[in-house]
Amino acid sequence: MTNLAQTQTQLLSVQTAPSQKRFFTAKRFLTPLLIVVALGGLLIFLAARGEPDKIEAFALNWPYMLARVWEHTVLAVSATLLVAIIAIPAGIILSHTHNRWVRGFVLGIANMGQATPAVGVIILFALIFGIGIPTAIAALVIYALLPVLRNTMVGISQIDASVIESARGMGMTTMQILRRVELPLAVPVILAGFRTALVFSVGVATIATFINAGGLGEVIIVGLKLSRPAVLVTGAIVVSCIALLMDWLAGLAEDHLRPKGV
Amino acid sequence: MIKTTSTSGVGITLENVSKSYNSSAPAAVDNFSMNINPGEFIMLVGPSGCGKTTTMKMINRIIEPTSGKIIIDGQDVLSLNPSFLRRNIGYVIQQIGLFPHMTIAENISVVPNLLGWSKDKTADRVEELLALVELDGGSFARRYPKELSGGQQQRVGVARALAADPPVMLMDEPFGATDPITREKLQLEFLRLQESMHKTIVFVTHDFDEALKLGDRIAVLSAGSQIVQFDTPANILSNPANEYVSSFIGQGAALKSLALIDVAQAKLLPASAATSSPHSVATFDNLRTALDRVVLAGGHPVAVLDEAERVVGAIGIEEISDALGADVRNLSPEKAV
Repeated sequence: MTNLAQTQTQLLSVQTAPSQKRFFTAKRFLTPLLIVVALGGLLIFLAARGEPDKIEAFALNWPYMLARVWEHTVLAVSATLLVAIIAIPAGIILSHTHNRWVRGFVLGIANMGQATPAVGVIILFALIFGIGIPTAIAALVIYALLPVLRNTMVGISQIDASVIESARGMGMTTMQILRRVELPLAVPVILAGFRTALVFSVGVATIATFINAGGLGEVIIVGLKLSRPAVLVTGAIVVSCIALLMDWLAGLAEDHLRPKGV
Repeated sequence: MIKTTSTSGVGITLENVSKSYNSSAPAAVDNFSMNINPGEFIMLVGPSGCGKTTTMKMINRIIEPTSGKIIIDGQDVLSLNPSFLRRNIGYVIQQIGLFPHMTIAENISVVPNLLGWSKDKTADRVEELLALVELDGGSFARRYPKELSGGQQQRVGVARALAADPPVMLMDEPFGATDPITREKLQLEFLRLQESMHKTIVFVTHDFDEALKLGDRIAVLSAGSQIVQFDTPANILSNPANEYVSSFIGQGAALKSLALIDVAQAKLLPASAATSSPHSVATFDNLRTALDRVVLAGGHPVAVLDEAERVVGAIGIEEISDALGADVRNLSPEKAV
């Protein structure tokens, strides 16, 4: 009996080994390595340039940069969370709607949000709602809505019809099917959309500075307008590193939350 | 074999049940009525699109009937909450539909969990069912569906449907997608299970041989789920109602009938009549097997053995033919070819 149990545990560990291994691939270390190299290189570059002038000193100091990084992250993350709160339920409802007109209408709006240039959306919103952080977040939400909405719909409608039929046949209610079958099986696709939305938001949040909502766009604009390449490059590299880091974190979450057996 | 106490079947009555999707098109199921006795294994056979699956799916209201009455164990199913109704009806479909993100044990536990069984009771039941469908509990319970072969997945499908010990089972071509060898094995195993369970089963298939093998009674259906003939396998084989049923039986009605009769039911020759050939047949084999052995023995009678392998007599071509006798007299020669 003990022997049997041991063989079984061995068998199971053999089976789970590949998925455990997958968690420590080179790919997983590549992104953090790239971020460290880029930021390290930036610091060395700035130190090698010697004493900054007055304008450079305004932007290139820790408190100022950290404040912009914080603003930028808050803008991008809060917009993406809002997107998730709006687009996942909307996607669930739409995937259960057989009315093609309704689906077309909502997807059309989301498509327009993404197709319109982000600068256009944010300026338009500022004209209507006034400048500031809430307006910037609202514009980002419009812009990043589509990937999450579409992936939620795709994630649910791609589930094998026989799986849903057997769930019904066993006596699950509509809500139980959604919670226990549809959402768990759609999680990988929904998270992929969420990841895209997050990276979009980090990128697009750079233009929040146009409506006085802060973020790293401000650093880039200062560098650009006052002809200070060092400031410009610093802003660009830091915002890229944030995007990479967000993508990496979302990738970790994706791998961790993907249901086993799928 | 594991001994389980199980709930045996209840009666089902369908009264003038119809389903139409579109008022201009002919009804998918047109005025279907049937009485199913408790513990009966009913086969619905017919060509694709004849409405047999629709008829079956109306019993657990996966498809809502347009009109008519369906009564299970005296209760009108249309008056019940559909989800609660379905928890007490086993449901197996051809595509199986196991939940890919749940382990085998979790898949089987679905209905017990819906019914609010305790953890211990559910765990015991999972173990019992895995043994029942011959999937060794320890190693299979924690695996995921994709790690199993098609035949193993279908066994899990059957175990999952049996989980809460429902009195009624609905099965839609459950063995249709498996290879012939696996299918035969699953059929025999399921038949053996049914012998101890006595569930009321409604089983849809387009394979008439499967219907002959499994069913207590077979309903041959034509378009609109019209019952052309509803009878025991032996009666349908010996008295097909019309050309349509004959065409379903296909070639070799006599051979198919032989498969339904045990050697024990035939009149045997004295043991001395058996030739000295190495071929023999057991009393619990069917006459089709006996015929096979007789042919192998060069057409001469072969020895018949009982369960203890003692020779109790002999059987030849005439005895086999006689046993079929009265049953096939009604078959015209061209039908019996």
